[in-house]
Amino acid sequence: MSTVEFKGFGWRHAGRKAWAVRHFDLRIEHGERVLLAGASGAGKSTLLAALAGLLAEDSGEQEGEVLVDGAPARQRRAGTGIVFQDPQTQLVMSRCGDDVAFGLENRGVARDEIWPRVDAALAAVGFPYDRDRDTAQLSGGEQQRLAIAGVLVSQPRLLLLDEPTANLDPAGAQLVRAALAKALHEVDATMILVEHRLEDALTLVDRVVTLGEEQEPLVVPHRPGPGAGPVLLTAERLALRHTGNVVDEVVRAGEALVVEGPNGAGKSTLALLLGGLTKPAKPGRVHAPGERRPPHRWRASKLAGRIGSVFQNPEHQFVTSTVRDELLLGGRDPKVVDDLLSRLRLDRLALANPYTLSGGEQRRLSVATALAAAPDLLILDEPTFGQDPRTWRELVDLLADLRDEGRGLVIVTHDRDLVRALGDRRLRLDHVGDRRLRLDRA
Amino acid sequence: MTAWLRRRDATAKLLAAALLTAAVLSTVDPFVTAVAIGVELALLPLTGLSAAQLWRRGWPLLLSATVVLVFTVLLGARTGPVVGTVAGFEVHEPALGYALRLIAIGLPGFVMFATIDPTDLADSLIAHVKVPPRFAIGALAAFRLVPLLTDEYRLIRLARRARGIDAGWNPVAHLRLAASATFGLLVGAIRRGIRLATAMEARGFDRGQPRTSARETRFGWSDGSVVLAGATLAAALILLKFVHT
Repeated sequence: MSTVEFKGFGWRHAGRKAWAVRHFDLRIEHGERVLLAGASGAGKSTLLAALAGLLAEDSGEQEGEVLVDGAPARQRRAGTGIVFQDPQTQLVMSRCGDDVAFGLENRGVARDEIWPRVDAALAAVGFPYDRDRDTAQLSGGEQQRLAIAGVLVSQPRLLLLDEPTANLDPAGAQLVRAALAKALHEVDATMILVEHRLEDALTLVDRVVTLGEEQEPLVVPHRPGPGAGPVLLTAERLALRHTGNVVDEVVRAGEALVVEGPNGAGKSTLALLLGGLTKPAKPGRVHAPGERRPPHRWRASKLAGRIGSVFQNPEHQFVTSTVRDELLLGGRDPKVVDDLLSRLRLDRLALANPYTLSGGEQRRLSVATALAAAPDLLILDEPTFGQDPRTWRELVDLLADLRDEGRGLVIVTHDRDLVRALGDRRLRLDHVGDRRLRLDRA
Repeated sequence: MTAWLRRRDATAKLLAAALLTAAVLSTVDPFVTAVAIGVELALLPLTGLSAAQLWRRGWPLLLSATVVLVFTVLLGARTGPVVGTVAGFEVHEPALGYALRLIAIGLPGFVMFATIDPTDLADSLIAHVKVPPRFAIGALAAFRLVPLLTDEYRLIRLARRARGIDAGWNPVAHLRLAASATFGLLVGAIRRGIRLATAMEARGFDRGQPRTSARETRFGWSDGSVVLAGATLAAALILLKFVHT
């Protein structure tokens, strides 16, 4: 087990004016389990990268010291393990067992010793499959469990977890938390966890350190809508491929329709169909009142003015090189654009490249790009994924305002708090055979 | 029980296929290429591929060979002896040779793809050819991410449409849109690549420490025999080519 010490630590990424984190002091004792909380952009991930020895000297400027067991963290890398957010880019090999073995191979562990240790690590996280299982066939939660096993197998003395559940649906996140709880019983390691959802992480830690301003607890007020207005979109017999789900639905102005369900139930497919982005399979059809053609046949410029879609990954939607150009795209009114920028706290970043923004900022920008065309209907796929409480509340307020102005919202989400705050009506998709879905009023 | 050829060393198989392909490439003689195809087909049971798998993977090869044959018969130079007549068109020897050659080259290629596991290939290249792990394992990890790109490209195109950007009937605009989406794809791929590289580094990859391999890769007599068989076959085909002409 390691001790960790930051002494007046600061880091500035090469080419940036602002410090990612500065004047940071913290001491963590042997075997402590610490939750590192704080707003997005407060530098939590930078601190973990520094501890893992992943900040190369030539990639930025450092102030102060970061020590693991009394020596600079870079020299202690062999005893440190880190798990990141995205399971896709952490797995290296195509067979599960090989992937867990990867870290041991790199450390030159003898072959005879490798496989017993791999089996032990897989057992420690409760991995249900055998070693030959293809990593591509695992769900996100299972992949993340495997990634944790791949780190534990090297018996780290310092275990770092950088939002390990941020990219997962609630079931996957629960799987990972259970695996962590089980594994932490068995390993002797100092642990530092970065997580936005405090209530989910508190059972795993014995101390909370907050970065930057004190965090307010997440309050979830329910904001009732103004009542449903005229119909904006009618969906008839939309078949969601592979799942057997068939959806009949009406989307109305001034109402938020929340689409829930586990991964793979076809929620994102439904969002693309309602957004006029993909063609429904026969006999399914999407129809907008007063329009002869279905939305998927409209020209893109017309579509953007009527139905705005916000994708799960904001980066997919960026086409220009500055935040302001992104909103001006398609000849929008500069006044409207500046108003949007300040409303979403992006005015400070007007000239920044969209790809360099933090996750929360990118999310706000992608919502802003859809709003710039002033559509009556907004379709959002997981808008609150990985947001800190402040951005979360701002997004929810913004969405509630839009609804109260009389726009229609379709929100695909796993986020139960979001459903509680905004869901006027709920549509639940499950893995089911061919049956029609019932709607219930919340 | 896995098929015999499937269990042989990946580098040996690659080498044998390369030798065979080189020998076939050196000739357009339809007789020699037909012999090559015959031998290749005779060896197929060793791969353990079923007829259905063969057809699923092999039909594009047959189709392209047919297309080559049709076009060279219709449009190609009428040189060389006539080997037959199809629907009133004379089929000259080189035309048939080109079509058969395509199959004779393609067959070993896709048999290799079907029987070589990428992980085994990387292991074998590191162990027996002394390819640096930095390259072999790095490439292996990167190729795992390739299937994600198709999905990603589709989403980027849809996202552009949602932003109000489409090309309509304008072919130039289509090209520009495809180029900008490809650029977006590239940016995404680079960012993914960096994340993957960081994760690998964090797990101790490429720290200049001697690396072990969790999987055993033996190069035994049977693996050597695969190379030898490939070389013998290649030599026989070249000999046959000189004898036949």
